[in-house]
Amino acid sequence: MPDTGIASEPMLGAAIILKALQEQGVEVVFGYPGGAVLPIYDELFKQNSIRHILVRHEQGAVHAAEGYARSTGKVGVVLVTSGPGATNAVTGLTDALMDSIPIVCLTGQVPTHLIGNDAFQEADTTGITRPCTKHNYLVKDVNKLALIIHEAFYVARAGRPGPVVIDLPKDVVMTPGQYETAPRGIHRKKHKTYNPRTVPHDKAIEQAVDLMLAAKRPLFYTGGGVINAGPKASALLRELVDLTGFPITSTLMGLGAFPAAGPQWLGMVGMHGLYESNMAMYHCDVMINIGARFDDRVTGNLKFFSPGSKKIHVDIDPSSINKNVVVDVPVIGDAAVALEEMIRVFKAKRQHAPKVDTSAWWKSIAEWRARKCLNYTQAGKLIKPQYAIQRLYELTKDRETYITTEVGQHQMWAAQFYRFEHPNRWLTSGGLGTMGYGLPAAIGAQLAHRDALVVDIAGEASILMNIQELSTAVQFRLPVKIFIINNQYMGMVRQWQELLHGGRYSESYTDALPDFVKLAEAYHCVGLRVSDPANVDDTIKEMMAIDKPVIVDVLVDQKENCFPMIPSGKAHNEMILGTEAAAERTITGAGAALV
Amino acid sequence: MNTKPTAANAAVPGPAADQTANLYEGMVPVARLKDSRIYRHVLSVLVDNEAGVLARVTGLFSGRGYNIESLTVSEVDKEKQVSRINVVTSGTHQVIEQIKAQLGRLVPVHVVRDLTDDGPSIERELALMKVVGVGKKRTDALRWADKHGAHIVESTPKSFVFQLVGTTMEINDFIIGLQPLGLIEVSRTGAAAIASGEKAIDHQDENPADADIKLSQ
Repeated sequence: MPDTGIASEPMLGAAIILKALQEQGVEVVFGYPGGAVLPIYDELFKQNSIRHILVRHEQGAVHAAEGYARSTGKVGVVLVTSGPGATNAVTGLTDALMDSIPIVCLTGQVPTHLIGNDAFQEADTTGITRPCTKHNYLVKDVNKLALIIHEAFYVARAGRPGPVVIDLPKDVVMTPGQYETAPRGIHRKKHKTYNPRTVPHDKAIEQAVDLMLAAKRPLFYTGGGVINAGPKASALLRELVDLTGFPITSTLMGLGAFPAAGPQWLGMVGMHGLYESNMAMYHCDVMINIGARFDDRVTGNLKFFSPGSKKIHVDIDPSSINKNVVVDVPVIGDAAVALEEMIRVFKAKRQHAPKVDTSAWWKSIAEWRARKCLNYTQAGKLIKPQYAIQRLYELTKDRETYITTEVGQHQMWAAQFYRFEHPNRWLTSGGLGTMGYGLPAAIGAQLAHRDALVVDIAGEASILMNIQELSTAVQFRLPVKIFIINNQYMGMVRQWQELLHGGRYSESYTDALPDFVKLAEAYHCVGLRVSDPANVDDTIKEMMAIDKPVIVDVLVDQKENCFPMIPSGKAHNEMILGTEAAAERTITGAGAALV
Repeated sequence: MNTKPTAANAAVPGPAADQTANLYEGMVPVARLKDSRIYRHVLSVLVDNEAGVLARVTGLFSGRGYNIESLTVSEVDKEKQVSRINVVTSGTHQVIEQIKAQLGRLVPVHVVRDLTDDGPSIERELALMKVVGVGKKRTDALRWADKHGAHIVESTPKSFVFQLVGTTMEINDFIIGLQPLGLIEVSRTGAAAIASGEKAIDHQDENPADADIKLSQ
């Protein structure tokens, strides 16, 4: 391909789109056709290099693209029609924005001359998606189409990744225009406005390392930014943690960047994080935040958040710095570059620095660990949800396994009990908390990793939000496994009603649930059900042996709550463990107004 | 990627290193961020003059709950299609820093300048004010306008339209005085602002030279 950026023969806008996607290395597009995108679908029909995955709802298309993106590190691509196609995609786009997932979403639009006339299936897509995308475009000139697509991929990937929408009026895609290749080599210029900083300031690294070397109670607090910075960042994180000997915790989004088997690993931090992690956050004297954003699920009450620590914050997005928590040493840059620099400077400075004794700190951590905050008792005839997930972990850990989740109690139990050793294996909706995320995300991940085991750990309520995507899984022979932790309640809602609203379970019980085994069969999948703890292992093994989509309906103890928990409005050192009496857990006062 | 200092020259700053020596681009001292007082800031933002760019900026302010006291926007470079948005806003230092960071990461934004923080600046707005009245009120209004240097841009037997160019405060003062003198309508532009002295706002953004460009995979 010429790298001169010189225009080629004119071709239809729709053909330009396909060519630009091919040039960007796109292999898969998740989409759903409709009137405004028919010319694009016609071009799709004429070629073989890009595979189209027909979803059953546009929200599913975006989540599937997210699952694909998160499990591969590539940009996920979505193609939907105008109006309802675009509005249905909005939840997925918002999800991708909150979790910093690179997505390019092509939306059809009514022809240019009809825009603003309330035409059939018209929606102000760029207006609607402006706050839920990193950037969006309305293409009015077919000759700019190719470069806009190239730029969209750059914007989706560069800096803090995110979703980008390209709105395509039907007349533009039906008009011939010039194709332009993405500028390469010497023709590659800096983007005229968007050039996020990737290499941190030297002084920032120096000051960070100085704090680390003097720390008596250090703690790494890492997040999804490490995953987004690529496998190299995870490898460098392991190196730095090893080099320093410091303990490490992670947000929900960052699980897998550091191996759960590592002796310095404390487990997840935050509202349903581990006791030792939260206590370490509260008591540390130097906090090294890498690629996390001090989200309210992590910090608890900001007034009492880690009151005695100096804070280092590595983030590629300057707006994440000092947003919720004021930090002492901001390090703006790519996590991998920052880690590499920190390792280098740490090694150099360590020789001259006085040795700091952290043994008292490790002793405290050992005491917190000894509380065994995740303890539960599997006894009697009811399956404990924790037990089901723990067995799933034990039986699948030796395979290449990708775990997706829906949102709620099962998600938190999955984060607590499934132990991740590698990045990009854990796909969950963290920021937006989107029920219905897990199944389409599993489809996206399975598509990228045909031989891997992909399991959606689900709740019986969440799974119904995008259950139609089972049909997609079957059509494309994607043997995803749906492991439903079925307690017949919207479990997390029920738990909060117990803690906040006197046990008045308003609308959180689902009557008339479908028979999930028959549902699976109706979709040409396999359905399994287990209600006896003694049969959990066999059921999981059976599930794993079936080379088709499987729903496993795990009937669990309906009353089980997800602990430990930082009640809303409380600090890290006010965690409640599962053992306290219910009366002590009641949340009152200002905390009750928080979500 | 920039040149990295080697282990040998990675200096260890002494404990006596003063505050300013520790400052670097992107770092804001903690004490400043913890100041809970509200400050008025004038920000100038150079943006690509493309469809929807103003909506991006105003949507950012409304969506994140920031305050806008005034906002002006106009193309300032026709050839490069660059517009300048001047925003007058108020908030704590932490909020102002956040506003600047949020503006800075919008894709069509070239540069964000805090004219309040970056040394002295000049700020002007234009106001048109309609006064209706006869007799003493009318002559008092004329005298008030004269005292403040307002121009009469239209005069009828019963009304005046005054034009005043000045700082927001000057215009506020002028309007307060006109209120008992038959003021019936005000139209203001909001503040335009520019830095004092020889320094100009750069049309190019000030990206670090190391920016990692990946236009193609």
